[in-house]
Amino acid sequence: MFSIGLGHYLTLAAIIFTIGIVGIFLNRKNIIVILMSIELMLLAVNINLVSFSIFINDLSGQIFTLFILTVAAAEAAIGLAIIVVYYRNSGTVRVEEIHELKG
Amino acid sequence: MIVHTIIFYIFSFIAIFSAIMVVASKNTVHSVFFLILDFISISCLFIMIGAEFLGMIMLIVYVGAVAILFLFVVMMLNVAQQKNEWFTSRDSSAHIPIGLLVSLIIFFELIIVIGGWKYKPDLVDSISIEINSTITNTQSLGNVIYTDYIHLFQLSGMILLVAMIGAIVLTFRERSGVRRQSYFKQISREKKDGVELVEVESNKGIKIDV
Repeated sequence: MFSIGLGHYLTLAAIIFTIGIVGIFLNRKNIIVILMSIELMLLAVNINLVSFSIFINDLSGQIFTLFILTVAAAEAAIGLAIIVVYYRNSGTVRVEEIHELKG
Repeated sequence: MIVHTIIFYIFSFIAIFSAIMVVASKNTVHSVFFLILDFISISCLFIMIGAEFLGMIMLIVYVGAVAILFLFVVMMLNVAQQKNEWFTSRDSSAHIPIGLLVSLIIFFELIIVIGGWKYKPDLVDSISIEINSTITNTQSLGNVIYTDYIHLFQLSGMILLVAMIGAIVLTFRERSGVRRQSYFKQISREKKDGVELVEVESNKGIKIDV
């Protein structure tokens, strides 16, 4: 309990990952919050990689985290650009009203 | 060690609380603020665990760029008034129980995997890049990134370039009726298009057709 091990960090990452999944599943109003939930899930993955990297004394995990950070930044920029274009065309970002594809 | 434990619990509780608030907050601007708080507390955890460079990079990239981008888009789209009321929604509440159920199952699966996982003794043999504790974290990362991982590093630069060009192309809007400078027209204009040389006879002048 009192010494922080790998399991503590992995549990924290699991909790944050699950909160991100809940945000994607339950949010029907605002697509920007869904993007933020995806960022939360990427953050949880980063926590996993860094804590494994530290606890098994291998630097590779931190390098992978660096690349995940790059991809997350690119994904946020592209996603927000798509949202801006969609809002300009349709005037809403509510998830319920985005049903042109009838998926 | 006890201080380490206390700090870990403080930061992780702040992180979990702010993650919940990101999802559950009614106002989107508040969600972005809690996202920033989440990133900051996780980067504090990274710095505490010994990955200083990544903690600082997380601060710069996430808090300095991504969260500000989110905030900018939220302010620009004027969605702060569109409340994020997914508990009180009347027409679309059927998916909430099944969503919660699936999330709970995923969470318990993750917990079971973590609880049942053990170090294997031969894990130590598979370490590819051992962390050298005599040099700093930044230096050891730099030693590896610019040598072994140089191709991946440059590829991630390409990803950023493509993302930048993609964002510009997506949001670029050409307005009609706005006078603007066209460099191609300016450069491709030649002497014969613009200037005509004529011989002017004395006492007669020339006729100018406009």
